[in-house]
Amino acid sequence: MARKILLEHIQVQNINTFEVYRSKGGYAAVEKAIKTMSPEAVVEEVKKSGLRGRGGAGFPTGMKWSFLAKPDGIPRYLVCNGDESEPGTFKDRFLMTHIPHALIEGMIVASYALGANTSYIYVRGEMMPQIRILEKAIIEAKNAGFLGKNILGSGYDLELYVQPGGGAYICGEETALLESLEGKRGNPRIKPPFPAIAGLYGCPTVVNNVETIAATSWIINHGGDEYAKIGLERSTGTKLISASGNLNKPGVYEIELGLPVEEFIYSDEYCGGIAHGKRLKAVVAGGSSVPILPAKLILKTAADTARLMTYESLSDGGFATGTMLGSGGFIALDEDACIVRNTWNFSRFYHHESCGQCSPCREGTGWMEKILHKIEYGHGTLQDISLLEEINKKIEGNTICPLGDAAAWPVASAIRHFRDEFEWHVNEPMLSQKNNYGLANYGA
Amino acid sequence: MLRIHDTTPVKFHETLVEKFREIVGRYPEGKQKSALLPILHLAQAEYGWLSPATMDAVAVFLSIKPIEVYEVATFYTMFFLNPQGRYVLEVCRTGPCCLVGAEKIMQYLEQKLGVKEGEVTIDGLFSWRGVECLAACGMGPVLQIGPNYTFYENLTEQGIDTLIDELKAKSQK
Repeated sequence: MARKILLEHIQVQNINTFEVYRSKGGYAAVEKAIKTMSPEAVVEEVKKSGLRGRGGAGFPTGMKWSFLAKPDGIPRYLVCNGDESEPGTFKDRFLMTHIPHALIEGMIVASYALGANTSYIYVRGEMMPQIRILEKAIIEAKNAGFLGKNILGSGYDLELYVQPGGGAYICGEETALLESLEGKRGNPRIKPPFPAIAGLYGCPTVVNNVETIAATSWIINHGGDEYAKIGLERSTGTKLISASGNLNKPGVYEIELGLPVEEFIYSDEYCGGIAHGKRLKAVVAGGSSVPILPAKLILKTAADTARLMTYESLSDGGFATGTMLGSGGFIALDEDACIVRNTWNFSRFYHHESCGQCSPCREGTGWMEKILHKIEYGHGTLQDISLLEEINKKIEGNTICPLGDAAAWPVASAIRHFRDEFEWHVNEPMLSQKNNYGLANYGA
Repeated sequence: MLRIHDTTPVKFHETLVEKFREIVGRYPEGKQKSALLPILHLAQAEYGWLSPATMDAVAVFLSIKPIEVYEVATFYTMFFLNPQGRYVLEVCRTGPCCLVGAEKIMQYLEQKLGVKEGEVTIDGLFSWRGVECLAACGMGPVLQIGPNYTFYENLTEQGIDTLIDELKAKSQK
């Protein structure tokens, strides 16, 4: 069995309660950090661990923490990003549902490291049941003296609150999240200034993903160096992968980074292969925003080496032949999946979720949705395919936040790797309404 | 779009106001606007949707301008600006769920309830709509029902039949 860190005790009954979580060594990281370590020493351990942001960007967490400005007399904030809305991603829901105390413990450790006395967990509004679970966990932790005033007699105070979102993908972007937490529309802010300088209420703020924060407890308990030994090279530690689509066993899996993609898809320990005995056509490896790859390129790189579940290996080949680990939202498409329909679906999603601030994204996502709809329903022309590529180039890099890029990449990569399927829809408008293009030469 | 067809002022009952006050206490002095989203969720749970009069009352409570409430309520998809059915069935319609049959589930729901997306059944019990990714892709197709956002996973047509029957029975109690 592979190494488990976050989900080590997932099978233990009632692990969602404080008593059971504590009996399995829970909150030891809080005791260790607050009683024996300085905040700087905690940051140092996280730096040494090589832990990278698990929300999608993969930015080194320790470095992000060390950028936090510390002017005198101004409060600092830690905000946890539990907005989880990247299509294909459902790991944070799993973690918050089943091991809420792992997040609460991590929040206390991280808040202590950053010198925050009030911290917020922003959870997407649709996850009301998870919000209730976290609120209950906070009360339990508070009753046990791990939250509130003078935690464990150390003189350190921390209040922790859960904030619901309102159903907006854009609030997963950290500055949009902060706007939302301030009671405003989720319009991303122009950076700089970065949240580390001016974040929540204009104060220095760190925003971290649920999984990132939960991982810090283990790092404090065992040391950053130990964590860095797990995984592969610069992809240290373990990662929760949300597996969905046409798989035998979709679900949330904790993997040690470095696992071959092929093993993840086909071994019984993980996804158990493609459902209904079908063959794999394509994979979106890191949430809907990352480039889609045909089966042969997700299993092996263009250089014919095995593709591994690491930040580096998945992006090997750049956008020409590679993709990204992203949030770990692993979507498998079987031989019957229609790439054009899937791309249209994602485009509609981005159009719906664009906040409307920047014209290239607000207008461009709508154009892409319409053109893809036209092609999917047999009314497209070959010029439409080039037009999509042109729109892509005009959105990418021309918006305040990365939603524009996230909307452009799935379309660009689908055309890059599956152009003949798009052309087939144009050239065979009648047939494409009845049949699927199928696997063609995309299989491994 | 905001629909103004009733201008009777809304007055929140005391237990709700107490909850509002508790929420405002989570933020620093003067930052009470942060309570807007949590309060709108509570108001919607109370009335089923957010009428302009409800939003105006929220603005008064938070000492902010009504427009600050409207612009937020119209931005976030969870807030209803029109009356809904007593049970709003929200089916995820994004990529991963569609790979495992979400579109068929929506067609079935439309046929079963006899109303189009966004419309309310004659008995006032149900409305339905497709929503974007609910972060439950491995359990798709999925739907949720507010205000508690109860989740129904791995949906089948049979499962929809059972669910609708259960909700109908529940509404008669």
